[in-house]
Amino acid sequence: MLVSEKTSLAEEVEQLVEQYGKTRSALLPILQGIQKKYKFISDYAQQEIARHLKIHPVEVFSVISFYGFLNSEPKGRNIIRICKTISCDMKNKLSVVEAIERELKIKIGETTHDKKFTLEYTNCLGLCDKGPAMTINENVYTNLCPEKAVQIIHETEG
Amino acid sequence: MKKRTGEGKILFSAYESGKAIKKAISLNRDDILFELKESNLRGRGGAGFSVATKWMLASAAVADSKYVICNADEGEPGTFKDRVLLSEYPELVFDGMVIAGYTIGAKEGIVYLRGEYEYVRKALENHLELMRSNNLLGNNILGKEGFDFNIQIRMGSSAYVCGEETALIESLEGRRGEARNRPPYPVNTGYLGKPTIVNNVETLSIIPHLILKGGKWFKKFGTEKSSGTKLFSVSGDCEKPGVYEWEWGITVNEVLKRVEAKNTKAVQIGGASGKCIPKSEFNRKIAYEDLPTAGSVIIFNENRDMLKVLKNFMEFFVEESCGQCTPCRIGNKKLLEGIELIEKNDFTFSYLNKLKELGKTMQITSKCGLGQSSPNAFISILENFKEEIFSY
Repeated sequence: MLVSEKTSLAEEVEQLVEQYGKTRSALLPILQGIQKKYKFISDYAQQEIARHLKIHPVEVFSVISFYGFLNSEPKGRNIIRICKTISCDMKNKLSVVEAIERELKIKIGETTHDKKFTLEYTNCLGLCDKGPAMTINENVYTNLCPEKAVQIIHETEG
Repeated sequence: MKKRTGEGKILFSAYESGKAIKKAISLNRDDILFELKESNLRGRGGAGFSVATKWMLASAAVADSKYVICNADEGEPGTFKDRVLLSEYPELVFDGMVIAGYTIGAKEGIVYLRGEYEYVRKALENHLELMRSNNLLGNNILGKEGFDFNIQIRMGSSAYVCGEETALIESLEGRRGEARNRPPYPVNTGYLGKPTIVNNVETLSIIPHLILKGGKWFKKFGTEKSSGTKLFSVSGDCEKPGVYEWEWGITVNEVLKRVEAKNTKAVQIGGASGKCIPKSEFNRKIAYEDLPTAGSVIIFNENRDMLKVLKNFMEFFVEESCGQCTPCRIGNKKLLEGIELIEKNDFTFSYLNKLKELGKTMQITSKCGLGQSSPNAFISILENFKEEIFSY
């Protein structure tokens, strides 16, 4: 990690700590803030957060490892999550997944070479009446078919 | 956001933001508790605990601060009614929280919104802002001296178990969402060790209507033991999936008719943690006393492979078990392995019977509702659909 990157990350952590406070209750919002911006929470970020909150870094890691939307390893700039729960499954989510896999040349759980996309499964998105459903970052897409899903992905920038 | 007003008798009926708060603060706290008791309202999140009892205990607790938590961690597979309430009726949810705050003597409310619903957050924040400017939140609400209440929204980060109230509190406190031992219950030792009530989105949304119209009126709907209406999240093989408000006591057959389901073979009531019932039981009633549910109804037609359905549920539980207690952590894995053995046709009936016994052990020995209910699908599907699964 470059020194300049480290500095900006440390500043980001500091800003979040200022916003949410130094109490243990602030840990999740702080982690969510870092996750949202960097798509992962690096070792350095974990150490910085631990230092501010006066807890052991392993405590920070144990929380990250618990939650599905927090991760300590780098991911793509855009995270595609496809609902794999039964209602979406019955609406043929597999054909949507396979189309995306072919298009992006990656399998579920992988990240594209240009780091633009990570493709994942997720549990019930609460859109069972409009399946198959997926999210790209915070955006929601419903009633997908393979063609529509692929088109949405091609239109995603960043 | 388009509303469904007129489509239901309680939740999907007309309501004006702030109206019930205005009435509530003119009432004595005990009068509100009395109406709640009279209504026989039970929690809509699945466990069905008496709302009056929960609120009375929290109200009676002596502490310098108390909390009202809205459980918006709607993660049960096949459940999406809270999404509809939060997006279309935020005034009901928030007014319900304010009234809860007034009743138990809390000054702070927290909505624990699941990470998957991040996209709803902006509209919720906007509504909170509107309430602040209308003095429905803040200090001396609507001129009531000393009644201060604020609401903040906190996000989850995807963990099904955080829908369990003590796991949710752990998560709010910045920890892994692992369920706590109970007692002590949140009503006296909750968030930050303070008296806390945790109520489902739907439960809180009922409160404003109940305050305006009273407990007796509420009890006119539903059955004797299950008062009021329920939101149903219907998905799967039918023409009209969606969220519906119906009275408790509706039969499965009637539900299937209303959503235009054809050739139905099975219905999963209560999501992955609920039970799967066959055609022969479609005359059963959906109510706390017969088929209790947080509202998830998943319909399967004759072409569906029930073993595949069961596998989908068990994979879900293996992933979502928090891992702190052994029956749930290991038990769910063993049940899933059992399904894989059936798939490979490499099972013995005596082993499957042992797994069913294991399921029953999990139901009584798991620490929280997750492990206590995860074997339901395994036991009910293997029992009710054995002809299909074992190719009789």
